Amino acid sequence: MIKYLSFFKIRFTAGLQYRAAAWAGIATQFAWGGMTILMFRAFYQNGENAFPMTFPELSSYIWIQQAFLAMFMAWFFDNDIFNNITSGNIAYELCRPCDLYTMWFTKNMAIRLSRTMLRCLPILLVAAFLPYPYGVTLPPDFLSGVLFLFSIIIGFLVLVAFSMLIYISAFYTLSPIGIRLLATSVIEFFTGAVIPLPFFPESLQPIIYALPFASMQNTPFLIYVGYITGGGAVKNILLQLIWLMVLITAGQFLMKRALKKVIVQGG
Amino acid sequence: MIELKNISKTFKVAKRNAGFTEALKALFKKEYALIKALQDVSFTIGDGEMVGYIGPNGAGKSSTIKIMSGILTPDSGECLINGRTPWKDRINHVKDIGVVFGQRSQLWWDVPVADSFDLIKDIYKVDEVPFRKNLNKLTELLDLGEIIRTPARQLSLGQRMRCEIAASLLHNPKVLFLDEPTIGLDAVSKIAVRDFIKTINRENKTTVILTTHDMQDIEALTERILLIGKGRILLDGTLSELKKRYCDHKTLTVDYFGDILPACDHMTVFKDLGGHAELVIDTSFLSVSQAIAYISGVVDVKDMSVVGETAEEMVVSLYKEFKI
Repeated sequence: MIKYLSFFKIRFTAGLQYRAAAWAGIATQFAWGGMTILMFRAFYQNGENAFPMTFPELSSYIWIQQAFLAMFMAWFFDNDIFNNITSGNIAYELCRPCDLYTMWFTKNMAIRLSRTMLRCLPILLVAAFLPYPYGVTLPPDFLSGVLFLFSIIIGFLVLVAFSMLIYISAFYTLSPIGIRLLATSVIEFFTGAVIPLPFFPESLQPIIYALPFASMQNTPFLIYVGYITGGGAVKNILLQLIWLMVLITAGQFLMKRALKKVIVQGG
Repeated sequence: MIELKNISKTFKVAKRNAGFTEALKALFKKEYALIKALQDVSFTIGDGEMVGYIGPNGAGKSSTIKIMSGILTPDSGECLINGRTPWKDRINHVKDIGVVFGQRSQLWWDVPVADSFDLIKDIYKVDEVPFRKNLNKLTELLDLGEIIRTPARQLSLGQRMRCEIAASLLHNPKVLFLDEPTIGLDAVSKIAVRDFIKTINRENKTTVILTTHDMQDIEALTERILLIGKGRILLDGTLSELKKRYCDHKTLTVDYFGDILPACDHMTVFKDLGGHAELVIDTSFLSVSQAIAYISGVVDVKDMSVVGETAEEMVVSLYKEFKI
């Protein structure tokens, strides 16, 4: 355990170095969040009842999404890992008495968490002081808050477990760019990063909710704003857990298979 | 104890001719060539031995090292290192070995070397006291005092290589694999690295397996040589045996007064310019002292030098003999 904690530490502290990037990120996310809310406002002014979520719920959803963006952004990958695979530097990582899957999983968590640390508090703080109904509000009740905490942790792990599959694909394809692009667009769309999932056509919803992508940011955020409550929330968290186990098992299996036939590139 | 038995490994390499049409064709039908990287490789290396593993580029040296360090799985054959099969029990196996790939880096690019060392300490779960002791010793032997606080990206190649070697020894491995450790180093760093490897081998009884193209490395470090070519082990012997076998010629350069130098048996005149001659003698029949006695008997010698075949030339003639 200690060795993975050390990996976490070195990656986490490295991530904390980029303060200028964090400020730039915060500014972008404010602009983006603000624009999204204004756009939705224009729609809502035409008839509030036509939409699945109330406007204050939606505002909270968008600010929470912006605050935790670094945790759930699908387009972000640790380029070190891809470089290690394509250049053959993975030779050294394989010479360590570590499980490669756990090592990469930890690294990924660390770098995402360090970025979130720098960004989430300023965004939440400012968004909390925005006038109603444009700002972020607290969860409807204490239970929702607790369930949100559970759900966001699992959702984060689900996302990392899914991105592990994309890292592992580099063993098979050599150039990860294609799969990366495809996976990024698919995840962004079906995870609710573009528009929240309740806005999708009703007939598609059962399918979309069953996909692993809905178990990433969608579940915790909808619990936070009070769109999903009580038993529904617990059911969704269970689904998250199932996807987490499936993705980790698949990742470890594919990794093992890849390492058996791995050919370290160059020299 | 390292034991390899009948290890074979084949790589599949995509091949096509140059050009656009060929590239289009390859979209539909890919041609592969099978490269036999290793064929039936067997050898045994005892504890505390220092072995030079030589062969031309592409002979299979690095593949063997990768198999022995658990990175590559061979197609067939057995390999036992300290009783374990590297690719089956990778995590336990790598605790006992240290590896230096001369062309890659294991140090974290933008943190001071000392931080990398600390991380390695955690990875291998080395206790604080033996770690400090080991680190102090390595720092002293490799002269790392100041370097260790510098980020890896700002080190020169020689400094970095010394840190790389130290990094692979922090957990006190029983076996050390060095894949071209002196590549690109200047004379001073090369000598420092060589001296260090010798000390480690002598004092810690670390088994060292070294691949290199630098024959001076081999001459300075190893007694035993394994020659590999086209995936096969061609020769396994000591350096002096090989020298005896392949260096039975010496070149004598003579400056003398007089016209021409007549050769005797087992001596060939390579070049005679009248007053300056280069002679090659076959030392298995004619010793150097006999040759000198003969020459000073027939002409008045001004100056003379004797040059034996260097290890480098020996390897070239070995490669020629095995047609690799």
